[in-house]
Amino acid sequence: MTNNLIPTLGVVTDIRVDTPDIKTFRVEKIGGGKCFEHEPGQCAMLSIPGVGEAMFSITSSPTVTDHQEFSIKKCGCLTSWLHLMEPGQQITIRGPYGKPFPVDTELKGKDLLFIAGGVGLAPLHSVINYCLAKRENYGKIDVVYGSRSKDDLLTIDEIQNEWMKPENDLSVHLTIDRAQEGWDGHVGFVPNYVTELGFDPNKTVLVCGPPIMIKFVLQALDGLGFKKDQIYTTLELRMKCGIGKCGRCNIGDKYVCKDGPVFRFDQLDELPNEY
Amino acid sequence: MKKISMNALDALFAKIASTMKLYAPIEKAGQADFYEWSAGEKVRLDVLKTVKSAKDVFFPQVEDLIKFRVEGKSIELNEAPKCEDDFVVFGVRGCDARSFELLDRVFLVDPRDEFYAARRKHGIIVTLACGEPEESCFCTNFGIDPANPCGDASAWIVGDELYIEPRTERGAKLFAELEDADAAPVESAKKEISAIAEKLPFANLDFTGLDGEHLMEKFDDPAWERLSKACLGCGTCTFVCPTCQCYDIRDFDTGHGVTRYRCWDSCMYSDFTLMAAENSRHTQLQRYRQRFMHKLVYFPSNNDGLYSCVGCGRCVAKCPQNLNIVKVIKALGGKKA
Repeated sequence: MTNNLIPTLGVVTDIRVDTPDIKTFRVEKIGGGKCFEHEPGQCAMLSIPGVGEAMFSITSSPTVTDHQEFSIKKCGCLTSWLHLMEPGQQITIRGPYGKPFPVDTELKGKDLLFIAGGVGLAPLHSVINYCLAKRENYGKIDVVYGSRSKDDLLTIDEIQNEWMKPENDLSVHLTIDRAQEGWDGHVGFVPNYVTELGFDPNKTVLVCGPPIMIKFVLQALDGLGFKKDQIYTTLELRMKCGIGKCGRCNIGDKYVCKDGPVFRFDQLDELPNEY
Repeated sequence: MKKISMNALDALFAKIASTMKLYAPIEKAGQADFYEWSAGEKVRLDVLKTVKSAKDVFFPQVEDLIKFRVEGKSIELNEAPKCEDDFVVFGVRGCDARSFELLDRVFLVDPRDEFYAARRKHGIIVTLACGEPEESCFCTNFGIDPANPCGDASAWIVGDELYIEPRTERGAKLFAELEDADAAPVESAKKEISAIAEKLPFANLDFTGLDGEHLMEKFDDPAWERLSKACLGCGTCTFVCPTCQCYDIRDFDTGHGVTRYRCWDSCMYSDFTLMAAENSRHTQLQRYRQRFMHKLVYFPSNNDGLYSCVGCGRCVAKCPQNLNIVKVIKALGGKKA
């Protein structure tokens, strides 16, 4: 019987500096290979013994066969330690946790609109790459992605060199908050850009980013005629156990670690607004 | 039915403890709680309510999960041992015995908590009927019978005798050598206990509208402000509660390695939901409401309507501000939904 609270060892085999405060860590089993299989939108508990353990969304697509990636923003104690690591460092990992985006059911055959702000691209990154790997299962795909500045855009090389390849038939709409030298793209906040772009309200939306962005994106989508049951997001609450027992991520009768982190907005309407 | 003279209990405890660990309400530093028994300990079967509930026998306040050794970039990981031997917990009241079944609904549902599961598998529970339920008791609201508690065996103190009714094979084996007894004295003791329980001030609380069917109905009730205003956020209610199961997982650098342990935590604490970026419950009203909504609404929603409360009344007796779940039920229950 596996013990759900006991992690396995993983090793960080590559560290990519994405932005001034976001690094992407490649994690493998000791000896190589994925620590476990996962689905798009699921999470894992990463830990450095002596520092702490926390939940992170798995950034890489399940279709990647030999490793998993985590794009992590430096913002607290554990994440600061993670940012100090060098390749070859062992960490502990357990998971996968939570319910994934319904990529093979509700999202299948739909036109998809991904909306992300800052490190909010991390959980959607997994879904986008999954959809690209199974491109024939989905209709038109749009990605609206914004950040504070051009230097804060996550995985910009992959966006420009992989996602934007014509054969992917995927439209990327990038924006940054304030005009900047060397940037000739769109300038402005993500919610306003969504309104400007004026999407067809038949699309299914996956939105992830800072709460304030999500709030105004919802207003923008509402203005365009989208309904709440077309919009998915992921919640992030403090977690310790990852298996719906420690009580920390409980909202209403749901546990974000077990019943989430993916929720549809019509489902969130039935829960307390404590997230 | 078996019986043993109260004077002979120490010998019985010694006999049980010679083959397995025995936990009982034991007085230390002037208060009784469940501790491991050894010769000379002062067992207090007369104390109706231990200060903490009996839950730490199965879900200890602090327990180690993992030992790590870190060398350079390498980590060595050793899982803490799980309970492997049978043990007895003696003198559990009906309310605490029910709390184990509620904790099971948290820890034994998939994905299971293996540390808890191991203890539950090996724990033999001997309950004790409540001679005189107190004013703060309200277990009968939850269908618990203080006169006839469940468990592997149940006990009643009648005069100078302890009557024991084994209910399972494990319970029967434990007391096989005691003399057989007539059940009549126990039957009349049960009637006396029930008569007291019926007249308790909180015996008939009205829970109307507090259930898992109405998930958000009470959430924005203006009463929460009045109810929570005096709350200090001390967490006493959660620590004495038999059904509170929230916990923290932390690492401790021992100097020779790192121990990962878990310990009870409280949703009443301001840092319970604190993250690097923000806090999802930043007022005491929100935290207070969370505790009671969980017990009276969210838990029933996920558990066939069962409340996460056994009416032990410890929070009633211990809150320094005289706040408790009874006040919440009285304020929010009984209203037309």
